[in-house]
Amino acid sequence: METLSLTINGKKIVTEKGKKVLWAARENGIFIPHLCAIEENPSPFGSCRLCFVEIEGKKEPVTSCTEEVTDGMIVNTRTESVLRLVRMAFELIMSRHPIICKECPANKKCALQDISREMGFKLKPKRLPQILPALPVDDSHSLFTYNPNLCVLCGLCVYICNEIVKEAILDFNFRGFITKVGTFQNRPLARAKCNFCLKCVEACPVGALSKK
Amino acid sequence: MMERPIRERFEYLKKNALKDFPGMDEKKGTTIYVGTATCGRSAGSLEVLSSFEDILKTLNIEARIIKVGCHGHCYAEPMAVVSKPGWPPIMYGYLTPNRAQILIRRFFNEEDPALEWALGAMEENDMVPTVYETPRWSRERRWLLKNCGCIDPEDINHYIAVGGYEGLMYAIKMEPGGIIEEIEAAGLRGLGGAGFETWKKWNICRDAPEFPKYLICNADEGDPGAFMDRTILESDPHSIIEGMIIAGYAIEAESGYIYVRKEYPQAVSVLTTAVCQARELGLLGKNILDSKISFDIKINQGAGAFVCGEETALIASIEGKRGVPKPRPPYPANRGLWEKPTLINNVKTLASIPKILAYGAEKVSSVGMEGCMGTAVFALAGKIKNAGLVEVPFGTTLRKIIFDIGGGIPPVIKASNVAGELQKTIKKQFKAVQIGGPSGGCLPESLLDTPVCFDTIVDTGAIMGSGGMVVLDEDNCAVETARYFLEFTQKESCGKCTFCRIGTKHMLNILADITRGAGIMEDLDLLEELAETVKQGSLCNLGKTAPNPVLTTLRYFKEEYEAHILDKRCPSLECKDLIAYYIIPEKCQRACDACVGSCPTEAIYTRRDRLKAIDQEKCVKCANCVDACPAQYDAVIKISPISQLPESEPRDDNRSN
Repeated sequence: METLSLTINGKKIVTEKGKKVLWAARENGIFIPHLCAIEENPSPFGSCRLCFVEIEGKKEPVTSCTEEVTDGMIVNTRTESVLRLVRMAFELIMSRHPIICKECPANKKCALQDISREMGFKLKPKRLPQILPALPVDDSHSLFTYNPNLCVLCGLCVYICNEIVKEAILDFNFRGFITKVGTFQNRPLARAKCNFCLKCVEACPVGALSKK
Repeated sequence: MMERPIRERFEYLKKNALKDFPGMDEKKGTTIYVGTATCGRSAGSLEVLSSFEDILKTLNIEARIIKVGCHGHCYAEPMAVVSKPGWPPIMYGYLTPNRAQILIRRFFNEEDPALEWALGAMEENDMVPTVYETPRWSRERRWLLKNCGCIDPEDINHYIAVGGYEGLMYAIKMEPGGIIEEIEAAGLRGLGGAGFETWKKWNICRDAPEFPKYLICNADEGDPGAFMDRTILESDPHSIIEGMIIAGYAIEAESGYIYVRKEYPQAVSVLTTAVCQARELGLLGKNILDSKISFDIKINQGAGAFVCGEETALIASIEGKRGVPKPRPPYPANRGLWEKPTLINNVKTLASIPKILAYGAEKVSSVGMEGCMGTAVFALAGKIKNAGLVEVPFGTTLRKIIFDIGGGIPPVIKASNVAGELQKTIKKQFKAVQIGGPSGGCLPESLLDTPVCFDTIVDTGAIMGSGGMVVLDEDNCAVETARYFLEFTQKESCGKCTFCRIGTKHMLNILADITRGAGIMEDLDLLEELAETVKQGSLCNLGKTAPNPVLTTLRYFKEEYEAHILDKRCPSLECKDLIAYYIIPEKCQRACDACVGSCPTEAIYTRRDRLKAIDQEKCVKCANCVDACPAQYDAVIKISPISQLPESEPRDDNRSN
């Protein structure tokens, strides 16, 4: 196994060649916020736009889930321009996510709460008004519930259902602001021939998919 | 060794083609060329065409009618060129079925070419002035659009007869590396908008070790107000096919795709015919003209998503997946369609290739400016006299394109209701030009002397984009323009990444509030920060460029934003919520009832002094009364802010309206 060394936030790190910056940092206890990244996925999804870092020699911040480590790379995860982007991305996500932590099935094991705590961001967006959807909750499945209103569209469940379990029950429906995770023709989950593996529920970083 | 038979086979094709093609050669009898591209059809060219057929039959005149594409003079459609022995070929514009009949009667019965409808002759002669002397033609440099409007796009022989597929013949003689060097010498850059050096992209793809490789022609033109690609697809499809064969040979790809929007039905049908004809003549398929080159093309229709013009989304769409972009790198040139090296070029880029090879890089690079050689095609739309396509050398200033070639801003003409009285012409001032479609920027008059080139345009905050140019005049509100374009990109967002999906929605809400007079000054800072972060943080170029109209209007027209917020006033009198219609009593004519009948909501009433007034509660601000009020009174005006509206006079209770 080829290794190489890089510096993240002044800390020297030795890691495998071919790894993405996000995972090298995570392994070494450096927190970089992210929702959509999966280490095993060879082509990163890159949708949550939370894992920005600054790399010396690059003009603009880059997403660490797509950036491969190189020898001698100097990475900074908390520069002003990084924080400006990450703060805005988090605020945007929270402006479409109801803040009902006490009733939420993911309370205290929620990726959004983790990011808020680690980064010192408020859960409630400071400047943006909330635009909350009022989509129907799919309660038809016997083992789990899907609440699209809580969904952050990270795509973890879609990836797992399609690429790991290879069931292809879940995918994205619609486009733009009204995109949601759903089944073929947006049918109820109970009618989607799901194999009850519940891997999607385990993967959900928020309370959108929850066990009954 | 293979050289001779290939050339011989081609010469045979060319001989046949020349036999069939009438050209502008008068010896081949009377020929009428009618423009039947989408722009012509929507202006009624098919009716004009059948009118020509009828009259020729009635008068028993032997003539050939050829359906050609579009010359780019969309403002003058329906257009036709009449080539009659004894006369130079003459181009006519603004035709109607009736005029077509009169034209033929006069021309053939009385030898009168009806020059009042002519735009000019197409050849030097001593009877009729040529079109090349007009301001528009004399400043244009037709290169990419050379064949557009001159040949039948559905007949491959026409293309071959005017020199088509010669570029391919040169390319076959060359090594792939030599072709790429020629493209480099010509200085060709991606004409889809980004301006990436074409030769570099080709080299990356050529050097990629994996096989098979693919070639894609990006014909998913979707910006409002842009129609350059459509015109080339509809009027000169073989130039794209020829360019693709050459590109395929250069990068060693054997299959190509043309990804074209389904909303361009005419383009799809013309392309399908063109591909079939090229196959029949052995110019597509296995061993083209018995050479070692094999290349074939599939036509893939897009389902109308703007984001599918982004290369990774386009590839996903061809693969049958959801048309959403992926992070780059890996770039398609290394890993694209079906995970294989894929070259994606825009229609105009590919259409340039045959010309570079046929005429030589030196000739192509002799026009243009440092770093941007050759010509650029723009689609002029909006408040401009001569809308249509223009092709100019890079480095031409915006002012030249808009005022000299486009004819400037058209005046508003108001009709009078008095017989014999002249109509009133109201001159309008130029305000801004939106370059690069919804992803571009809005540039004010002070920047009109910017020479157009990929790099100079980016410095102004706009982008070159694919070449859409929407001209705005004093009646267009900068805030409303930004809102309009952002609404388009917001609707077309694929919904994948946070910034584009949610960020553009917030931006749109803020802009909508401002145009309604519900904005606050703090909104402007938030809007700017949102715009900057969406631009920096979005996944693909749709999101990265979506804030450009907002950022440029904030930069160049900030005072308009402030007027909307602070004074609740729309300086251009466009934002409906901030204006009111008012009839000036001093100008209103007692005896005239023109406005009353035009009002759809019966908001106009008669005052006790018999003058008319508007009931603001009922008014829906449709502006019908402005148009109805005769030019000699011109009594209806718009007022902004609404608070400045004078108090209204009471209604005459004895009258019903």
